[in-house]
Amino acid sequence: MAELQLKSHRFREEREADWRRLERLLTKVEGRSPGKLTAPELLEIPVLYRQALSSLSVARAITLDQGLIDYLESLCARAYFIVYGPRTSVWERTGRFFSHDWPAAVRGLWRETLAATLIGVLGLIVAMALIHQDAGWYFSFVPKALAGGRDPSASAEFLRSTLFAAPKGQQHSGLSVMAAFLFTHNAGIALLAFALGFAFCVPTGALMAYNGAMLGAFLSLFISRGLGVEAGGWLFIHGVTELFAVTLAGAAGFAIGTATLFPGDRPRAEAVAQAGRRAAAVMTGVVVMLFVAGLLEGFARQLIQNTAVRYGVATLSAAVWGLYFYGPRRRGGLGHE
Amino acid sequence: MSDAGREFVTPEGVDLRLKVGAVSERAGALVIDLLIIMAALILLTILVGAALWVSNVTARSAPAVIWLLGFFLLRNFYFTGFELTPAAATPGKRVMKLRVIARNGGRLTADAVFGRNAMRELELYLPMIFMLSRGQGVDAWVISLGCLWSLVFLLFPLFNRDHLRAGDLIAGTMVVRAPKPILAPDLSRDGAVALNELRFTDEQLSAYGIKELQVLESVLRSNDRKTLAEVARRIRGKIGWIDEVGVSDRAFLTGYYAALRGRLERQMLFGRRRADKFDAG
Repeated sequence: MAELQLKSHRFREEREADWRRLERLLTKVEGRSPGKLTAPELLEIPVLYRQALSSLSVARAITLDQGLIDYLESLCARAYFIVYGPRTSVWERTGRFFSHDWPAAVRGLWRETLAATLIGVLGLIVAMALIHQDAGWYFSFVPKALAGGRDPSASAEFLRSTLFAAPKGQQHSGLSVMAAFLFTHNAGIALLAFALGFAFCVPTGALMAYNGAMLGAFLSLFISRGLGVEAGGWLFIHGVTELFAVTLAGAAGFAIGTATLFPGDRPRAEAVAQAGRRAAAVMTGVVVMLFVAGLLEGFARQLIQNTAVRYGVATLSAAVWGLYFYGPRRRGGLGHE
Repeated sequence: MSDAGREFVTPEGVDLRLKVGAVSERAGALVIDLLIIMAALILLTILVGAALWVSNVTARSAPAVIWLLGFFLLRNFYFTGFELTPAAATPGKRVMKLRVIARNGGRLTADAVFGRNAMRELELYLPMIFMLSRGQGVDAWVISLGCLWSLVFLLFPLFNRDHLRAGDLIAGTMVVRAPKPILAPDLSRDGAVALNELRFTDEQLSAYGIKELQVLESVLRSNDRKTLAEVARRIRGKIGWIDEVGVSDRAFLTGYYAALRGRLERQMLFGRRRADKFDAG
């Protein structure tokens, strides 16, 4: 009997207990409560992991038991993800994202942000110049659904009424109006600007210009009725946040686009992946910014009817975002990932 | 491709040969996740509705807000939140035994998880919005363009080796299978018992190689009576077995398996790997 026992079987018998132990510890870690592991158990995992890895190498060389090799492969893979996985909890990582990763990513894209801003401003100027010459251009920039009667044929009183005093019956639907607007328009433009960066920056640039042009069309309409200052307050109370968000989305799109166009020394897929990770961090933040903009638009604008205060909020939000992203900060104690 | 596994070398220099998650499994995981999100939204709607009804407040816009805002928040934070946990998988992926990893073998960073999920917005929800905006003044050609668009992204994973979707490409991630390992019993032990009654000659054991041994292993593990009988008949014929003792098919096969494995492993230790029966060794 004993002479018939295979060497590979003996190999397995000698180590099986360790593998099982590792498996049990992994199940504990992967479960909801890694905190329940004692310190010695935690220290045991890397040791058992390296044992299992060497068992796998040996097993591949000496045994023909496919079931055993499969087992060791998936055991090692599972342990690998624990041993080399993130050490921090979801909350810590989220906190770190807002305190460090996001502002850093935004700062890293300053060139693209500048480019997106310039293109937007260019669109704004062109639209204002065109509409100044011929009011008919207005409809080329602003879709009817969005205009809601605010077009060159409207009276100054009507335009004024759209800026102040929430229409009756809408006081309660502020949030839903905000939500609808957020989803149908801004988030859409932001995500498109980001995603279309793929196509070598061209569609992103076009979107930035168009967004600027639409803003310019609105402004020029209100300026022509002598409501420029009031319209500015109405627009910028949330617009500072919103336009900044859309511009950042455009910058993220440009980052991906330039990586596809000019990957440099790296393989194209790798360059895109690297630019994509940074751009994605920016984009996650952009979604948060759009959310804030939506809140400002849905609530603050309905509640604050005074133009000066509106400008105050706008300035404040500009200062907050500017300081948050570009303000001086302590050199981070935690290194880059 | 998926059988051989993908090369994935750990810092210790061992290739783990990870198996790339199949497109079908990932689609299944996505459907499960979407169903969970949907169920959560329905539950929330009912709860809020009940709360409003009890407190006698009429808010007709409440369901719209819950669905627009709730769906947006859930779809963005559900995937990201779960993929940031140690299991790196949403409940749907867990059910399908999948997990997200960084393609370069490093740690799965938060950026990467954000990235792959931000792209989902573009791959999945944007086309959905295109479709839903039908009949709201959107031209037919815009809709068909939207369909084409989503088709490109939907089929994207089918056309690359690692089944990456656009989000994986952007974020430098991939989805691999992560089954719970199960250590099956060693068949050579049963075989050793059977070998007490059986004797095989060297010629009889040199009929097959490693490939056949592994087929035999899977046949024995699946333990299907008909297949066992058929395989036993073939092997008996091939090696010219004269049945003296009258052993059962399974006992014969386990015995032969143990003997063959012993011989092949011994050869392997001396540096000879006999790949299959055509290999002269």
